[in-house]
Amino acid sequence: MHTSEHKTPLIRLAKREQMSPAAQWGIRIAAILLALVVGGLVIAISGSNPIAGYKTIVVGSLGKTSAFRQTVKNFIPLLGTALAIAPCFKMRFWNIGAEGQITAGAMCATYFALFWADQLPKVPLLLVMFVAGAIGGGLWALIPAFFKAKWGTNETLFTLMMNYIIIGFVKYLQGGPWEKMPRGSQQIAQFDSNACLPKVGGVYCGWIIVLILVFLMFWYMKYTKQGYEIAVVGESENTARYAGMNVPFIIMRTMFISGAISGVVGFMLASGANNTLYDGVAAGVGFTAITVAWLAQLNPFAMVGISAILAILEKGADSLQTEMQVPASISDIITGVLLFFMLGCEFFINYRLIFAGSGKKQENKKEVGA
Amino acid sequence: MSGLEQVSAIRLQGITKRFGPVVANDGINLEVERGQILSLLGENGSGKTTLMNMISGIYFPDDGEIFVGGRKVTIRSPKDAFDLGIGMIHQHFKLVDVFTAAENIVLGLDGKGKFDKKAVAAKVREISERYGFDIDPDKKIYDMSVSEKQTVEIVKVLYRGADILILDEPTAVLTPQETDKLFAVLRNMKADGKAIVIITHKLHEVMAISDKVAVLRKGKYIGTVNTAETNPQALTEMMVGRAVSLNIDRPEAKYRDLRLEVKGLTCRSLEGVKTLDDVGFQAFGGEILGIAGIAGSGQKELLEAIAGLQKAETGSVLYYPPHPNSEIAGYHVPVDRNGEELLGKTPSQIQKIGVNLSFVPEDRLGMGLVGSMGMVDNMMLKTYKEHKGPMVDRKPPKALAQRLIQELEIVTPGVSTPVRRLSGGNVQKVLVGREIDSNPTVLMTAYPVRGLDINSSYTIYRLLNEQKMKGVAVVLVGEDLDVLLELCDRILVLCGGKVSGIVDGRTATKEEVGLYMTRVGGGKEEA
Amino acid sequence: MSWLIALITAAVVTGAPLLFGTVGEILSEKSGNLNLGVEGMMFMGGAVGLGAAFYYEKAVGAAASGPLAVLLAILAAFVAGALGALIYAFLTITLRANQNVTGLALAIFGTGVGQYIGELMRVKEGGFVAVSNELKTYFQNSPFPKALQDIPVVGGLVFSYNVFVYLGIIVAVLMGLYLNRTRSGLYLRAVGESPATADAAGINVGRYKYLSTIIGGGISAVGGMVYIMTTAGCVWNHEGLSGEGWLAVALVIFCLWSPYRALWGSVLFGGLMILYLRLVLPFFPTQLYKILPYVVTVIVLILTSMRNNREKQPPASLGLAYFREER
Repeated sequence: MHTSEHKTPLIRLAKREQMSPAAQWGIRIAAILLALVVGGLVIAISGSNPIAGYKTIVVGSLGKTSAFRQTVKNFIPLLGTALAIAPCFKMRFWNIGAEGQITAGAMCATYFALFWADQLPKVPLLLVMFVAGAIGGGLWALIPAFFKAKWGTNETLFTLMMNYIIIGFVKYLQGGPWEKMPRGSQQIAQFDSNACLPKVGGVYCGWIIVLILVFLMFWYMKYTKQGYEIAVVGESENTARYAGMNVPFIIMRTMFISGAISGVVGFMLASGANNTLYDGVAAGVGFTAITVAWLAQLNPFAMVGISAILAILEKGADSLQTEMQVPASISDIITGVLLFFMLGCEFFINYRLIFAGSGKKQENKKEVGA
Repeated sequence: MSGLEQVSAIRLQGITKRFGPVVANDGINLEVERGQILSLLGENGSGKTTLMNMISGIYFPDDGEIFVGGRKVTIRSPKDAFDLGIGMIHQHFKLVDVFTAAENIVLGLDGKGKFDKKAVAAKVREISERYGFDIDPDKKIYDMSVSEKQTVEIVKVLYRGADILILDEPTAVLTPQETDKLFAVLRNMKADGKAIVIITHKLHEVMAISDKVAVLRKGKYIGTVNTAETNPQALTEMMVGRAVSLNIDRPEAKYRDLRLEVKGLTCRSLEGVKTLDDVGFQAFGGEILGIAGIAGSGQKELLEAIAGLQKAETGSVLYYPPHPNSEIAGYHVPVDRNGEELLGKTPSQIQKIGVNLSFVPEDRLGMGLVGSMGMVDNMMLKTYKEHKGPMVDRKPPKALAQRLIQELEIVTPGVSTPVRRLSGGNVQKVLVGREIDSNPTVLMTAYPVRGLDINSSYTIYRLLNEQKMKGVAVVLVGEDLDVLLELCDRILVLCGGKVSGIVDGRTATKEEVGLYMTRVGGGKEEA
Repeated sequence: MSWLIALITAAVVTGAPLLFGTVGEILSEKSGNLNLGVEGMMFMGGAVGLGAAFYYEKAVGAAASGPLAVLLAILAAFVAGALGALIYAFLTITLRANQNVTGLALAIFGTGVGQYIGELMRVKEGGFVAVSNELKTYFQNSPFPKALQDIPVVGGLVFSYNVFVYLGIIVAVLMGLYLNRTRSGLYLRAVGESPATADAAGINVGRYKYLSTIIGGGISAVGGMVYIMTTAGCVWNHEGLSGEGWLAVALVIFCLWSPYRALWGSVLFGGLMILYLRLVLPFFPTQLYKILPYVVTVIVLILTSMRNNREKQPPASLGLAYFREER
């Protein structure tokens, strides 16, 4: 019961009313620039000229058709998964299991690619795989959602654990029942061409799917009843109950949809990008996408931009390694720095610093006690 | 007691505290001596807690002086208060659930190294024995009843050596037996020379425990009397004052028909305490039924139980459709559900069977509205499902929002501005406007004018009267007796979760209602 | 019997890195900070710890002292992890960023830094970074005399481990004592349970959160170094220490935030990680052993939420930021 507040501290915080969107994005862009400066320092430490380094990143990721295609390949799963995570986060359900949901979706789709490819023509087969991926990812997400809705089981930790269970299971399939003949390679066979997504513009058609998904998700969150319910539940479960909403059902439905989209991403990765399944099919995308979704303020269009930046960094860093002998893992460092700065800058959007001596407003706001 | 000098333990002189334009405390004088118990009496909003918060260092007075042991002091923080031997037991306990009593008691105290459980436990036992507490230092808080938790809070204060204790409504959460036990402890502490201030509004407790009573009313100091020289009647008069004329209309409705019949309604809180105890009453269409009572007497639980938001242990809530000739008769499909049971149904089930029940909850932004959404999205909170298809139709809610802005003169930058950013009065107009627009047959409101300016308040009164004239059964939980007495046709008084009386709003006096409010135990079931 | 002893000793050694990772994360989580960046911090600790030993040996040559190399590796790893945790602490405590997202960002960043440093050393040192065999013995062999190790059964079960196993046990026990027996530990737990209550009681919530997160991060990072120097064989390979940090997060839940339970929990998890080499069951594919730690963790998580035992819950404010003015 003894606090030392009230001796007016030097700096106090107050919630900002609301910044204009332009100012908000101004701060965010400033944070990105600052992060690039820090990233430049890292490049400099490894003995290269930062400006030349960034140039290599940009040219190496966008300069040539083949490079550009690789960048798009990086971009597709990142954006798709960020879109998948958005509704959960809007609902304040911390689904960090996208990595596993991608893997589960990829696994279910692969089942049909491996065992049904000779019985189905291409289009129906791909459709079946698409649906299988969606259901696989959706069900994998539904498990933690069920326990959350029913017993309040901590979803952050639950979804995290689910990732490694399914990844381990795929590893088992890869070295066991689904291993290609002759055995010993610890690999699953390449898909029959029937089971591979067709290319459009040199890259598998997943980019069309995720771009369509951007609009769909924007529409879903903004204009549908379900999107509305998600927003209300996220804001206040009390209000949702007051409005007659079935909160547990909404939690489960939303997680199923989120997992299903991740599952479709998994299907696209297996069928389009890799033409096979392996335990690292998600390759950390599930985690990076969470940061993408969060930094985009769950806005699907902003996700496009942020996913693009990260995809460029990732591909560009490969060029950095081949051309300037800078380890490619520098892309993770710069990505991390970028995330740190963008996470930190939100504070300056939401809060105002008040320096001592600028009035007693705070006190006057306190309610009249009884 | 005889050996103590008559130096006041704590004395306040001309304490004034303003929150913006509101004067919460206006020139208050108060004095407590060692070995004395002072009751601080007043209605909700009379400024009791604000005053005590200034003694315990949470607020700092704008004006006035505080003397402790005859010496003028400045109390800037809870720590300062502690150093002066002042300890406050708040209404909401600040305890860590998974810790033992002893662990909570030493929390934050200086002292390095090993946490000597035995030494702490011994000291806790010593304090307990001295004052007659019954406390197990090793018991976890989550295993404790409310009264045990309160004991821990009191011991926590004593452990730190406090000799001036302030208890903020300590009996609000206790059973009568527990209250007796607490009072026994307080008497022991008094005999030990502690000075005690107890904030309460239960008159019989004031009479039972205190030596002196100080009364506040609407932030003003009314006076201090010796308990032995006064009686509940006189105290009530000091507390509520004489009725003020507000000139609120009270028209007579054309139809007055039974709408809700509540019987034997009993609810328990999560801790197992009865929040509603065998509540029974009737509410009529074409009538405003006021619900009066000290805060926390079960008002919130009553409304939420009727609305399907709170589980009830026993009882029933029966619904009767409006008179076929009344203006709102057609609002129902089907109309012939006589005596439909509402209890045990969720809000959407209630809606589905055609009962149009509107509810303006106390927590406007945490329950009635979504603060981060604009008016349009808030308008469709209960109706968004009505439109066919997967999409929400924002046209009707938008039209409604615009209409409400016009009709109720809501000040907002636009229909999509988050309602959180509107002023309190405008937030309430948004909420009440939406609820009324759904053509209810029952309209329940909790503290609808709290925090509102005069003009907004009168707008709300007008809206409630309009609904009543249409034949709606209006249930109004209020805190200002003057308003309730001018606006309501009947007033039901709750005390400790029980109905302590139902009076006619046209004939009852403020004193009468005040007495029911502070009287423990059941009263007449029906007026 | 000897098979079982061999399994247990191997499990203890495999579990040692996890023990550090877990105990560090417990400290952080007990203050209410769910730092999901353990993997990143362990990566940083692994690369920097190896680097410290390697460059120390390179600088002084054959005169290199084994104990000093071990100490340097520990210190370097600790500092690296603490710095990573400092970023997390600053973002989540001072700037109030979302803990989950910040933790994941730290995981990405730390993995990158670890890989980067590891690769950079490899490139600079001509493709191979490893300490000499003499030095290796100090990291990997038992500090006890041969005679003790040769005692039948007991020698293997008690005296055969590398120095980090014993250090890990000491750290875990000290952590348990600190959390359960000291005032400061009590106050720390209060911060994690109910920061508002702690604040009202005059406890400096921010300081406790900062210190426990940073020290916890340092301890976790030592685990990364231990992994590289023991399990991975004192050499930087491209795999780094894939997944060790996530396993540590799982172990924190499995042992229900108790450093004492982490002692045997780490052995159990370590055992499950290597069991596939030693036990073949006809009805259960050996490749699936590795997911068992996660499966049992999920089961523990579900059971604790269902049983609602008040003692065995996550710290009540875990994952939530504390703002005094919003209480």
